Amino acid sequence: MIPWLNILLYLLLAPVVGGLLSGLDRIISARMQSRQGPPILQPFYDVSKLWQKQTLVVRSSQNFFIVVFLAAVIFTGGLFFSGSDLLLVVFGMTLAAVFFIMGAFKGSSPFSFIGAQRELIQVMAYEPMILLAAIGMYMATRSFQVAEIAGAGDHAAKVAGHTLPLVFALPGIFLGLLYMLIIKFRKSPFDLSSSHHAHQELVRGATTEFSGRGLALIEIAHWYESVLFLGWVYLFFATLPVLGIAVALLVFVLIILVDNVFARLKWQAALKSAWLVTLLLGFGNIVVLSLLR
Amino acid sequence: MFGAKKSPWLIHYDASSCNGCDIETLACLTPVYDVERLGIVNTGNPKHADIFLVTGAVNPQSHDVIINIYREMPEPKVVVAVGTCACTGGIFKECYNVSGGIDKVIPVDVYVPGCAARPEAIIDGVVRALAVLEQKYNARKKGVSHDATANT
Amino acid sequence: MELILALIALPLIAGLAMLAVRGNKLRAALLCAVVIPVGVASILLTAMDTPFTSSLVNLSGPAIHWSMFALEMLMGLFMAAVGVRYQRPLIYLLALSQVAILGWLEVNAHGAESAAGILYVDKLAVIMALINGAIGGGICLYALSYMKDYHEHDHKEVADRRPLFFALLLIFMGAMFGLVFSNNLSWLQFFWEITTLCSFLLIGYTQTPEAHKNALRALTMNLLGGLAFSLAILYLHRKNGPMDLQSLLASSKAIVLLPAALLAFAGITKAAQLPFSSWLLGAMVAPTPVSALLHSSTMVKAGVYMVLRLAPVLAGNSVGLIVAIIGSVTFVVGSLAATTQSDAKRVLAWSTIANLGLIVLCGGIGTPEAIWAGVLLIIFHALAKCLLFLCVGLVEHKTHSRDIDAMSGLVVRMPRVAILMLIGMAGMFLAPFGMLISKWAVLKAVIDQYPLLSVFIAFGGAATLYFWVKWMGKIVEVVGKPEPLRPELTWGQASILYGMAAATFATCMLFPLISWALVEPYLAELHLKSDLLSHGNLILVMLMMALILLFPLSFLYYGRGGTLSEPYLGGANVDAGPTFVGSAGVITTSATRGYYLHGILDERWLARCGEFACIALLALMILLAVTL
Repeated sequence: MIPWLNILLYLLLAPVVGGLLSGLDRIISARMQSRQGPPILQPFYDVSKLWQKQTLVVRSSQNFFIVVFLAAVIFTGGLFFSGSDLLLVVFGMTLAAVFFIMGAFKGSSPFSFIGAQRELIQVMAYEPMILLAAIGMYMATRSFQVAEIAGAGDHAAKVAGHTLPLVFALPGIFLGLLYMLIIKFRKSPFDLSSSHHAHQELVRGATTEFSGRGLALIEIAHWYESVLFLGWVYLFFATLPVLGIAVALLVFVLIILVDNVFARLKWQAALKSAWLVTLLLGFGNIVVLSLLR
Repeated sequence: MFGAKKSPWLIHYDASSCNGCDIETLACLTPVYDVERLGIVNTGNPKHADIFLVTGAVNPQSHDVIINIYREMPEPKVVVAVGTCACTGGIFKECYNVSGGIDKVIPVDVYVPGCAARPEAIIDGVVRALAVLEQKYNARKKGVSHDATANT
Repeated sequence: MELILALIALPLIAGLAMLAVRGNKLRAALLCAVVIPVGVASILLTAMDTPFTSSLVNLSGPAIHWSMFALEMLMGLFMAAVGVRYQRPLIYLLALSQVAILGWLEVNAHGAESAAGILYVDKLAVIMALINGAIGGGICLYALSYMKDYHEHDHKEVADRRPLFFALLLIFMGAMFGLVFSNNLSWLQFFWEITTLCSFLLIGYTQTPEAHKNALRALTMNLLGGLAFSLAILYLHRKNGPMDLQSLLASSKAIVLLPAALLAFAGITKAAQLPFSSWLLGAMVAPTPVSALLHSSTMVKAGVYMVLRLAPVLAGNSVGLIVAIIGSVTFVVGSLAATTQSDAKRVLAWSTIANLGLIVLCGGIGTPEAIWAGVLLIIFHALAKCLLFLCVGLVEHKTHSRDIDAMSGLVVRMPRVAILMLIGMAGMFLAPFGMLISKWAVLKAVIDQYPLLSVFIAFGGAATLYFWVKWMGKIVEVVGKPEPLRPELTWGQASILYGMAAATFATCMLFPLISWALVEPYLAELHLKSDLLSHGNLILVMLMMALILLFPLSFLYYGRGGTLSEPYLGGANVDAGPTFVGSAGVITTSATRGYYLHGILDERWLARCGEFACIALLALMILLAVTL
């Protein structure tokens, strides 16, 4: 049974929630910098403006990749929120990332090329961890289906009538995933490929050659992505829904804090540290889980 | 659709400025003035920008660059000339290498005088540019284009 | 049925005949006359009821027996002579040991085998035959025009020994058929050795010092595997154990574990797993059809075929676990090494090694899911990799470079080849296409058996993604105004390449059909039940449909997508870039190269670590097989 309602809700509500989160992001960053910041609806104004602007392209086909990127993100998020196979969600995320990167390569300027390359390095950096996270969830719940993982599986411990959330079985993976989320949200210290902030060494990096509707679609895709990522954070606490939402928002604020505190790392450091974290926290967690079985 | 006036992204270019106006422009981004309240973002990428903020006068080196950047901006776009040098050439107007203000090269919509232009004036200039921008959006919707260099 | 005998014999005989053919047209005619019927026959084979065997009594008779013995002795002595001629004592010793063992076995023969046990055709054999006949045949046809250009235009310095070249291609094809249809281990070894010999002669085809060196290295490593093969047969002979595969698979583990380990060792050398990977990398000096045929699509598949065959024996014990670990380590090291290389053929070689590692992993795990994944991996990899090698050969021929960074703008310069390459690459790693499905299945198989191995797949998969997307990006980026290279493809080349691309595409789209028709019946033949991707299947197909449907929409979007502008070069563009006005007014051209992870990963260091680890693992494997 495919839960059509979930998919529909995701399709319609995720951009709204994602946009609001993006606005919240800018306000919180501003307040941390002793500024006032834009109104919370600012991202919607931005996308609306972009939609009305002329679309300039360097190569005629570059926006096609972005359309597929957006479609893949929506499909993946739909899969996740309809409770489907988590591995397929991970592969779908990768597929979406690949199309975004290919679109950036199509931009054919030095800035977009290097931005695309760095985006690719970022994907390589976080990919092992998210795969191990899915595997860890399987080992803890014996299922890859998100719907069943949300219930923490049949063997989850119960305390005072409530099922213990997954995070108690997967603490290393949770922390490792948080590290990778900083990369996926494109925040310092890992905003190597395209930062939302003002000038950076690559102009706009991967998004340099996009404008008008192409850029609007990228922005919307990022909103859908944010909701998906935070949804995955929520999954670790899914048996206690209120706590789950609170933690997801807290993680979001934490990522913004890290963004404002740290300077950007070089890609070598980003890659090495991400893989080290994956091995120690992610693989370590899996080793412990397999020993305990 | 909404958003035309509420999301002005700008690209700032120093044509041959002494950096005085540039410093004042960047000061607008700091907490004291905080133009992000108005949704203004300094993008540094012409393809992402609506407002072309130019300081300094035109010389042979910046002549082509101004045209290139202007051309790479998607429609609709406005140009704000910040500082006396950008408006008319300022005290360097008679120099052998200075052609004059920015309007010698591209159409300018708002002139912000001052040497250096004050942040309040710059913000005011950008806000006025927004009004011009809104007109251009409306014109574009009706299918008439005001810009001479559209689609180049 | 006698079809399989024809499939083995026809290419072998035609190959020998090819040695005498001098003219191009006659050569082409003979090749087509063999390859096309063989290809059609191997496709027809899939429709037949299996398993079946040959009922020709003469198969076990003295005529065939003595001819095989004589040929094997001759081959062994020839290889020993090569060892002497090129002063490689190791080759000399290995070849002579094999000859000695062969002689000893002959002297102490137990008696004639029954004809029924010699050949055995089940679904796995049918799949391998299909790959050999269809893909191998396609490569042979492609080689006709490729070698013509090779000798007449590009490489006039290489002696034209095309009769030998095509003879070897055909003999090799026949040997592969023999290999996959053989049940009797001695017969298997016979054909195994023929492939070793063909490989040696083909790698050394150009007769340069480098080619000789690499050919000898290939010979050494493959002979080592051959020795392991001989030792396995010797052991079984001494223990009066089963002398054919099917009986081996049905026997108790106690007797067959050591032979299985030795046979797996042989498979590992032929599949260029660590520590035996350097021969495959070195084999890239040979002309492209050789790289495509031998070293990606068919010969190395013989190695993994052997490991996969042994899967029921390897399942659930420590020998199988070690084999799985060797495969995993090879996968990670191969993928990481590929990210550091900019030579396209070297990247393809490392990628082949890595993917074969995945298949070896499947064989080592041995569960039904793993075997299913392994067979699918063989199919998808053979197709996609062959397509890629042929395209890279074509690009090298036209642009005189096989550096990835020189392929910038290929989508404009050679659009058809570029799109074919993109199809091949997508088939190699991208969801929802072929290899991804297999990798998904591998992951699921691994998690239930040996979850700790999943970390290898995670890192290897990430590295795989990296080098493919980097390459794909280089092909689609267009800097400046590159000129299309005309003519791009001859109609002959085009038909084969389009055919392969269509086959890759069709195989990906129809994989549930292939699974139902060929792979699952194989599992049934092994009396294994499996719980495969079922609901997941359905979603995958939906995913595929959705994405494939978007692709034609791009042609509507094309041209209407926006107004053409120039790339951003700080406003200093001259024309439409990539030239710009640099400092002091100097016109400069911008150029970018990919990131090859220098400073983080080094190919030699990776190879050394992997070799060291796998030598230790192999030693452990033999030790465990002997003591358990």
